[in-house]
Amino acid sequence: MSYQRVKFYQTGTFTVGNRLLDESDRTVQAGMDRTNSLNSGHRACQGCGEALGARYALDAVMRATHQQMVAVNATGCLEVFSSPYPESAWQIPWLHSLFGNAPAVASGVAAALRAKGRTDIRVIAQGGDGATVDIGFGCLSGMFERNDDVLYVCYDNEAYMNTGVQRSGSTPPRAWTNTTQAVGTDPGNPMGIGKNLPRIAMAHGIPYVATASVADLHDLEAKVTKAMSIRGARYIHIHVPCPLGWKSDPAHTIKVARLAVESGLFPLFEAEGGEVTDRTPIRKKVSVEQYLELQGRFRHLFHPRDKGALEAIQAMADANIDRYQLIPSEA
Amino acid sequence: MKQHIEGSQAVAHAVALCRPEVMACYPISPQTHIVETLSLKVKAGEIGNCQFLNVESEFGALSVLIGASAMGARTYTATTSQGLLFMAEAVYNAAGLGLPIVMTIANRAIGAPINIWNDHSDSMAMRDAGWIQLFAEDNQEAVDLHIQAFRLAEELSCPVMVCMDGYILTHAYEVVDLPTQEQVDAYLPPFEPVQVLDPQDPVSIGAMVGPEAFAEVRYLAHDKHLRALEVIPRLSQTFQDIFQRRSGGLLKTYHTDEAETILLALGSVNGTIKDAVDDLRKEGWPVGSIALRAFRPFPSHALRHVVEDAKRIIVIEKDLAVGKGGIVSSDVKMALQGLPIIVDTVIAGLGGRPIPQASVIDTVKQACLEGLEEPHFLDLNWDAINGELTRQQAQRRSGSTAENILREIGAPGASPI
Ligand SMILES: Cc1ncc(C[n+]2csc(CCOP(=O)(O)OP(=O)(O)O)c2C)c(N)n1
Ligand code: SF4
Repeated sequence: MSYQRVKFYQTGTFTVGNRLLDESDRTVQAGMDRTNSLNSGHRACQGCGEALGARYALDAVMRATHQQMVAVNATGCLEVFSSPYPESAWQIPWLHSLFGNAPAVASGVAAALRAKGRTDIRVIAQGGDGATVDIGFGCLSGMFERNDDVLYVCYDNEAYMNTGVQRSGSTPPRAWTNTTQAVGTDPGNPMGIGKNLPRIAMAHGIPYVATASVADLHDLEAKVTKAMSIRGARYIHIHVPCPLGWKSDPAHTIKVARLAVESGLFPLFEAEGGEVTDRTPIRKKVSVEQYLELQGRFRHLFHPRDKGALEAIQAMADANIDRYQLIPSEA
Repeated sequence: MKQHIEGSQAVAHAVALCRPEVMACYPISPQTHIVETLSLKVKAGEIGNCQFLNVESEFGALSVLIGASAMGARTYTATTSQGLLFMAEAVYNAAGLGLPIVMTIANRAIGAPINIWNDHSDSMAMRDAGWIQLFAEDNQEAVDLHIQAFRLAEELSCPVMVCMDGYILTHAYEVVDLPTQEQVDAYLPPFEPVQVLDPQDPVSIGAMVGPEAFAEVRYLAHDKHLRALEVIPRLSQTFQDIFQRRSGGLLKTYHTDEAETILLALGSVNGTIKDAVDDLRKEGWPVGSIALRAFRPFPSHALRHVVEDAKRIIVIEKDLAVGKGGIVSSDVKMALQGLPIIVDTVIAGLGGRPIPQASVIDTVKQACLEGLEEPHFLDLNWDAINGELTRQQAQRRSGSTAENILREIGAPGASPI
């Protein structure tokens, strides 16, 4: 296997700080002798949160397993932008089969490893929110139920981006997509529906579930690393803004992701055996409006101002803050 | 070792001797006895380190095998009918990725109306997926074809379906010569994958391909099947050397020398057909028959060679290309292009309808004396069909056609009109 020197990627104020840390505290991105799981030169859009999240997650797996790993990928942006034949951006053994079967394919890889008595090689599966919460949901639930030794990572950009921005089961209420247009009396995606996959994963009682965000890559790496110290089915749900689908500025990807966390709309927590064990407190609570107004997909909530919708979304964020006790003083 | 054994049990025995490393199965009649038996064998520790995964669907089952096979494991599953259709996307995918998965199809009709009995609609629906399709005539052959299937799949890096008629074979008790582990080991070497997920030598499998390379990839899949046309007879011969019996091959002839009329079919109905040939021969009719073992790849040359002196081929097929007619007969016609041979299509046995020897004999005589309409449907209840057609013209009715037909034929349990 040939190794390549890797550029240092500046990904926002919270990560460049790496270089100022002591050697031992640095995250994997700060090392110059490392190889990326996902090489530069792939075809993701500028500012793609999914590309960033995937590289950090898989790099952490690479490090945790000393590169003894196999990745399985669902169909979606990540697969398409990384693997246009005859090029591949993957430095690791990588398998793409279909849109809806990544968890089952990964179960198969894990089963083959069990049959061969190989405990040294580890398996991770990854897919977008569509692949995970919708079409691949049955296979994912089966993989959880059997407690197969697979880490499944969902990159949640809150819609089907690869096919041109259509609604998924994790598209937030009131968001515009090409199948939930911002027209009519209830513009955008309907209120009060949607799937919360981290909680569904917890309900399976699997050893480890976590949410993470590209706004906090340190935390993301730590969670992936922790997940790799555990055997059995594990699930990490990573919030990854998509400038194209969210109609946000590519330069704002990290900022938008951070506002989702700081508003309470995307709570960061960990759960073991179905119970929440840790959460990341919100340092400075922001209103949901600050998060929403940076994204063109919510423009119709502001022009003219849709007070009812904004209040309802704020209520969702506040409910999350309560449920996960994200602001200690409020707990 | 000869044993009086159920077809499913015999197949499970053969599969176990092939030492699969990963099996993922989802139950559906009439495949269930195969996977139940295999799950027991795995749990009892009879198949080494084999992993048996109980999955949430057929789509999951084949997907598991795609991952396991890409990781270098020998893999197996079984399904039928609705299950095969439910896994259809993965069926194509496994072939496209060149993964040597072996799958039993316990052939069964596809609904609606839901029907659990045998015909070949299911595997026919996957005809163009890129899987090799072998058809067993009896349970001895079902056993033998499975052992050959693993070797064939792994030599070519191509998935193989072994098709056996649901119930007629899967649930029939016959005397079967069960192979020994030593024989199977002598025939089937350990699986050496041509492409494998290996951290020591990372490759990307399943990349996205554009117009500049897709056609070439498909051509290579086709070419693999053309090679299979040579490998299948060779493996059948090697099998004979070790097991001392002939099994497999591309096709099997019965009294085709100097036959003017040749019947051709897939699967277990060939037993009935051979009896019909015997009876017709006794009456002086120059008939013979061919059992196709390989449906994909289609053995066009071999077939042409065997039938070139015949006048008429009657294809008896347990499937229907709705809106067109015969599937197998279309292939036969293509294979015999340019030869002055009449090819008749007989659609028979749909949804488990029996194919009586007498009906076969009558049809052959009718074909030879008067010719057959195209396609010819064996033993249709024309009263029921005409009754329903008249009713459809007369008025709109609620309820499905099936209910109306049941009423028409006065089936027990059908509600009165
Ligand atoms: C069975 C099937 N249905 C539909 C598609 C088309 N398709 C490919 S990717 C995709 C959406 C992917 O969305 P998601 O999983 O959220 O990933 P993203 O592209 O947003 O990262 C769809 C609908 C497909 N490939 N297979
Ligand atoms: S559409 Fe969105 S998810 Fe897809 S590559 Fe572009 S930014 Fe990334």
